[in-house]
Amino acid sequence: MELVLSIAIGVMTSCGVWLILRPRTYQVIIGLSLLSYAVNLFIFGVGGVKANVPPILADDAAGPLADPVPQALVLTAIVIGFATPPCFWSCSSRRAV
Amino acid sequence: MNAWAHHLIIAPVLVPLVASALLLLVDERQRLAKAMISLASTLVLTAIAICLFRIESGPNAFDGIYLLGNWAAPFGIVLVLDGLSALMLLLTALLAVPALIFSLARWHAVGAHFHSMFQILLVGVNGAFLTGDLFNLFVFFEIMLAASYGLLLHGSGPLRVKAGLHYIAVNLVAALLFLIGVSLIYGTAGTLNMADLAARIPEMERDRRMLMEAGAAILGVVFLIKAGMWPLCFWLPTAYSAASAPVAGMFAIMSKLGIYIILRLTMLLFGEGPLAGFGANVLLYGGVATLVFGTIGVLASQALGRLAGFSVLVSSGTLLMVLGINDGAVSSGALLYLVSSTLTISAFFMLIELVERGQDAGANVLAVTMEAYGDADEQTPDEEEGVTMPGTMAILGICFAACGILLSGLPPLSGFIAKFAMLSAMMGTGAIGVPPTAAIWTLIVLVILSGIAALISMTRAGIRTFWSSIEGTVPRVLVIEIVPVLFLLVLTLALTVQAGPVLQYMDLTIRTLSKPANYIDAVHNAVQVPGYQDPAAPGTESN
Repeated sequence: MELVLSIAIGVMTSCGVWLILRPRTYQVIIGLSLLSYAVNLFIFGVGGVKANVPPILADDAAGPLADPVPQALVLTAIVIGFATPPCFWSCSSRRAV
Repeated sequence: MNAWAHHLIIAPVLVPLVASALLLLVDERQRLAKAMISLASTLVLTAIAICLFRIESGPNAFDGIYLLGNWAAPFGIVLVLDGLSALMLLLTALLAVPALIFSLARWHAVGAHFHSMFQILLVGVNGAFLTGDLFNLFVFFEIMLAASYGLLLHGSGPLRVKAGLHYIAVNLVAALLFLIGVSLIYGTAGTLNMADLAARIPEMERDRRMLMEAGAAILGVVFLIKAGMWPLCFWLPTAYSAASAPVAGMFAIMSKLGIYIILRLTMLLFGEGPLAGFGANVLLYGGVATLVFGTIGVLASQALGRLAGFSVLVSSGTLLMVLGINDGAVSSGALLYLVSSTLTISAFFMLIELVERGQDAGANVLAVTMEAYGDADEQTPDEEEGVTMPGTMAILGICFAACGILLSGLPPLSGFIAKFAMLSAMMGTGAIGVPPTAAIWTLIVLVILSGIAALISMTRAGIRTFWSSIEGTVPRVLVIEIVPVLFLLVLTLALTVQAGPVLQYMDLTIRTLSKPANYIDAVHNAVQVPGYQDPAAPGTESN
């Protein structure tokens, strides 16, 4: 699980870095999106990779617990990550005008 | 601090937020209404900032912890108002008022949603100054950046879009680095609260601490991009000189935001304890490189816009270098320099637009400026209302000379006092009391040389603009355009007259910052507001 996650992050980051170094706006935008996906996965991985574990502690349960903070962080990061590429998009479309 | 004054802490974020939401509801054609809402919000903001500053400069400083949602300190997000953040809030408000008034002459009508974006920018900047939580800082940072993308493109034109593309790409990458840094810090320290983080650093194991250092370094890169440290600064002069004048005037605070966060985090996390002095060398050498690069840029730039852009770099370089030296007395001089240079650069950006308006396009040495203001010139005919300034050239010339004096740090204005405070502390007449080493002498020489370069460059530009202008046309300048510039310059004059008390305040601020325990205790011991007691609550709870 950890291995798959880290390979996925690595592949996406390398593709993203390559793309943002290309001299075309469209590729830069795609590269930035890939990078933001990689970063989101990275934030997710920071809390420890666990499956089937609740993020909230029940009253009587003393079992394993997933860290809820990275999940909250990644949500915020995704929302912001959705909002910023369209900014770039609208900017680059103005260049033609 | 009573309860109402306590709620003032969040007002610098809320007031512009509400105003920007209101502004979206008003139709774009009702310019006067929009301008009035925006102006009212900014004036209220200034009043609040002055209030907070007065509270903070009073006897009971460090009372300003605001628990958002009434959650206890390390779990919820806190806003922290201390001497430094109160100062920066005041500075932001004092820049916002003139920039907004300046924009009312013509710039706010050039594109859509200027006022909303302007208010959102204020939300982001104020929030970033106030927050005591790393991830919340990211959110405010993004709010500020999103607004700045729109503002930079305001007015459109090919040059602005070109600079805007670079600016957005660089800042999006910086935002991703921010996330990586924050998540690394959270992964190793288990907290995002700055005070809690500072308290936990000494207890961290060695291998974790190394990862945390990596996270902090990545985070530092983000703020250094914003501040414009040398290898990360090539976007800055282009973007700032391409922005419309009031926007560039407001952007002056954004590079200082980077400096502010670096100052805050280094003092808090790396001030004492096992990580003391972390990154100080990077700041020192990076600052020197930025200063040299900025000085060369100032000498080399023909267009006034780029000259101002490189002045931003000179100012950032000086401040970073001083932060690298990490000495109390020097730092308090540097805070005065920060305030003085921000006011100056903001005034200078607005002044440039007025001065260049009068120049014939063909007289420009570089076509760059032509392009930048080409669009603006086409707007002139339909802006006939308003009172024009009498004796335009004389007033513009005086303002230009004042900017030159401030930028080069000549007496009698505040640029001189700020540099004098820094240099005298460096020479050892200040708190350290040791004779300066060769390295310190080199830094002193560099700061003075950068001042001389600014003087040479400003003199050259002034001669070309005011004495040997080819066309000799007098620019048509409205009163509401020159008054903001004069206001900013008068502020620097006030800073000069009141230099004693101001320096004392800076000194106190730096001394408080250098004892991170105060900050940590204040955040940890912040009391929750006793909740509203519903009289029926105990009875219903048992059901």
